Amino acid sequence: MLETIGVESMNDLLVDIPQSLRLESLQLPNGLSEFETMAQVTALANRNKVYPDRLTFRGGGVYRRFIPAAVAAVTSKPEFYTAYTPYQAEASQGTLQAIFEYQTLIAELTAMDVSNASLYDGATAVAEAAMMAYVHTGRDEVLVSGYLHPEYVQVLRAFGDGRGIKVRKGDQPSKKTAAIIFQQPDFLGLLVDAPGLTRAAHDAGALAIACVDPISLAILAAPGEYGADIAVGEGQQLGLAPSLGGPHVGFIACKRDLVRKLPGRLVGTAHDAQGRRGFVLALAAREQHIRREKATSNICTNHSLCALAAAVYLTYMGPYGLRQVAEVSFKRAHNLAERLAALPGWELAFPERQFVNEFPIRVPKSSSVVKKLARKGILGGLDVSRWFRELKGVLTFTCTEVNDARALDELVAALQS
Amino acid sequence: MTEPLSFELSRPAVDPPRLPEADVAGPVPADVLPREMLRSRPPGLPRVSEPEIMRHYSRLASLNYSISENFYPLGSCTMKYNPVLNELAAALPGFAGLHPYQDEDSIQGALELMWRLEQALCAVVGVDRVTLQPAAGAHGEWTALRMIAAFHHSREEKRTEVLVPDSAHGTNPASAALSGFRVVEVRSGPDGRISLADLESKLSPQTAALMLTNPNTLGLFEREILDIAEMVHDTGALLYYDGANLNAFMGICRPGDMGFDAVHMNLHKTFTTPHGGGGPGAGPVGVKSDLVPFLPTPTVERSNGHLTLDYKRPRSIGRVRSFYGNFGMLVRAYTYILAMGGDGLSQASQDAVLSANYLRKLVESDLDMPHEGPCMHEFVASARHLTSEHGVRALDIAKALLDRQFYAPTVYFPLVVPEAIMVEPTETESRATLDSFAGAIKEIVAQAKSDPEGLHAEPRNTPVGRLDEVAAARKINAYLVGQSEDPILRWKAPSETA
Repeated sequence: MLETIGVESMNDLLVDIPQSLRLESLQLPNGLSEFETMAQVTALANRNKVYPDRLTFRGGGVYRRFIPAAVAAVTSKPEFYTAYTPYQAEASQGTLQAIFEYQTLIAELTAMDVSNASLYDGATAVAEAAMMAYVHTGRDEVLVSGYLHPEYVQVLRAFGDGRGIKVRKGDQPSKKTAAIIFQQPDFLGLLVDAPGLTRAAHDAGALAIACVDPISLAILAAPGEYGADIAVGEGQQLGLAPSLGGPHVGFIACKRDLVRKLPGRLVGTAHDAQGRRGFVLALAAREQHIRREKATSNICTNHSLCALAAAVYLTYMGPYGLRQVAEVSFKRAHNLAERLAALPGWELAFPERQFVNEFPIRVPKSSSVVKKLARKGILGGLDVSRWFRELKGVLTFTCTEVNDARALDELVAALQS
Repeated sequence: MTEPLSFELSRPAVDPPRLPEADVAGPVPADVLPREMLRSRPPGLPRVSEPEIMRHYSRLASLNYSISENFYPLGSCTMKYNPVLNELAAALPGFAGLHPYQDEDSIQGALELMWRLEQALCAVVGVDRVTLQPAAGAHGEWTALRMIAAFHHSREEKRTEVLVPDSAHGTNPASAALSGFRVVEVRSGPDGRISLADLESKLSPQTAALMLTNPNTLGLFEREILDIAEMVHDTGALLYYDGANLNAFMGICRPGDMGFDAVHMNLHKTFTTPHGGGGPGAGPVGVKSDLVPFLPTPTVERSNGHLTLDYKRPRSIGRVRSFYGNFGMLVRAYTYILAMGGDGLSQASQDAVLSANYLRKLVESDLDMPHEGPCMHEFVASARHLTSEHGVRALDIAKALLDRQFYAPTVYFPLVVPEAIMVEPTETESRATLDSFAGAIKEIVAQAKSDPEGLHAEPRNTPVGRLDEVAAARKINAYLVGQSEDPILRWKAPSETA
């Protein structure tokens, strides 16, 4: 090959690199065989403690759910996972159509007009929604109502700092408010007055941004039903492993009048000369590769493969499968809440508030409770006082379809012992 | 060949899958929740049986072109083989099954992996620390710019401008704008490299940073990088490295030694985590010591073999993503680095440079080469003459390649080259593959001269022909202004769009 190129050595190809910059070698060990590589990686994996699904009662934004085998069977197809962003539509119809289906599924689930092709995670989805509101309204304050996931708030602040957006706590919008952001159910699992907050936002000329749990939408009123302008959320529960928090997928969907402000990729239908339907990247004039510094966001790609997982999951479940998953989780969580609240010294932190499948409970000696459960192989509630001082001694417990009746019994028995 | 949508395959008679039953006593939502909190009708999800789902997605998969199938010469995207071992590693229950809020003591292996990956990336790019939190390259760019902003702010300097070369990736100016900077463009000189004279004229006390990729998007190494670094640093600004082109020089040289203060890396390009049809990726950012205090929280710290997450970083720019980044992608990249080792990574970059120069040589008589070689890991050709003489554009060549069992190169980027065709072969491709790709280019160029009309009609062998994006855009616009009820951006039942 060097001969074809017309040079004598590799060094002749690297002549543009100043000699003073050239390295002898990398300060890294030499490579390993596949067998040795896997042995080392497995050894690291084995140094972690993995709690069984059924004994995991911790949520806080990442949940154990039943994942149908079909999900991995589809996402592990190399035609999907080793393809690039679908720049050449004619050779990328598989990815494009899957994203189009994902967009439709998310729009249906949230009852919004249009969803994008996905974002990185729930936190950045909240931040992107806030930036849409900032641009749309020309106002520079966003209000965070109640217990929005604390890490989402931190990410929102980091993005807001760059854009000059002021992030404040509260639910009393003014003429400066671009949007109210609320989470339904909130970080503690409690239901908020989503229609009321939406009305308050609209009365002040602000947008309402609903951060929602996608599975809960099989039960709860959808953002589009109560008039929210933008719906966002974390899609991990739709067929993705916890994986220490990622990769997961953020979703964002909005009303018709905001579509041009959406960040990231959008797929739409188009036809070829023979009239065959196909799918293309659409409204690219919003994006960085065309608009550069005037783009709606700097996001380049999305979390396509995670969106594909979500699409397979939602298609597998269908409307009634999803409802069953949500209702089973609901029933078990309410059963567990009642039993935990009956333990001596334990009480629901907000007994007057409704929840779906995660709830806060005030317990004596919360840290020793969690440790005791861990010793018995149970991943117990999440200590939320880590973020909220006023919630000292409060743990949130979550139940899903993977926590069977016996698992609930084991949890309660462990606490009574 | 087209495939119906899952929504079109939906049949009301399809039963939902068998799922766990609620085996405990408890209320149903309608018992305890007020009516206005409940969903009024079930979401319009399709009802499709599992066998139909599997067939549907198998057929969709067959409509995709992928790197697992053949050469993917997409310039600037580093489409190299994704080792299947990476996938097994990330799926190990000891990684995939971890909850992000488990106690640190119970995730020591995961933290150790992150720490070791950080060390390895520091060694490859020559920086002091790395944050693994950013989820993608553009996210990493923005994270680095936030740190640069915080650095200047901490020195009570008000610097409002970021310089970006005209050949830069579109994410550079977008990330700068999102970070609150004004973008100032720096011109390339006739040799395709940044014009030092223009740079000099744009540098000012307002300059916060210069964003640069080296080799640049033309595949050319910025020979005067050490002078550039000095000029930038002399004005008090910092130098940012866009890591999209890192595959050109692992083990050959390091951005840190060139004078870059912040460096983002694309694990999905250089370190073989799969592109997934457009993510998830990961975009770690490495920084020199001056920027370390501003790294996002948390960082991974190691002391006496014990690993912790450090949240107490008062000067940090905060958090850029929930939890600790795309951990599953970090596992894949670490697995790749272990398997390759320092020797293997160096060889990979050398092979990538060799492949690019070899392929460039093979097609230099067919396409215009606007800049002199040698190139690094990619090269940019131009179809300028074919366009002016035969009416055949870069896009036509791209589509004709699809008909010849290849994916297309990146076209119309960088913007500074008319009818640009940007080719990045990577170390994955064999000489035989490169020869056959060059053969396809020769055939297409010959056809451009003999039968240009025929080329305009390609591709013919793909599942669909060229799609009319202009008509699609018109229909979307009609929907957005309320003249139509068909959004085009999603499926709607025919009755709803009438």
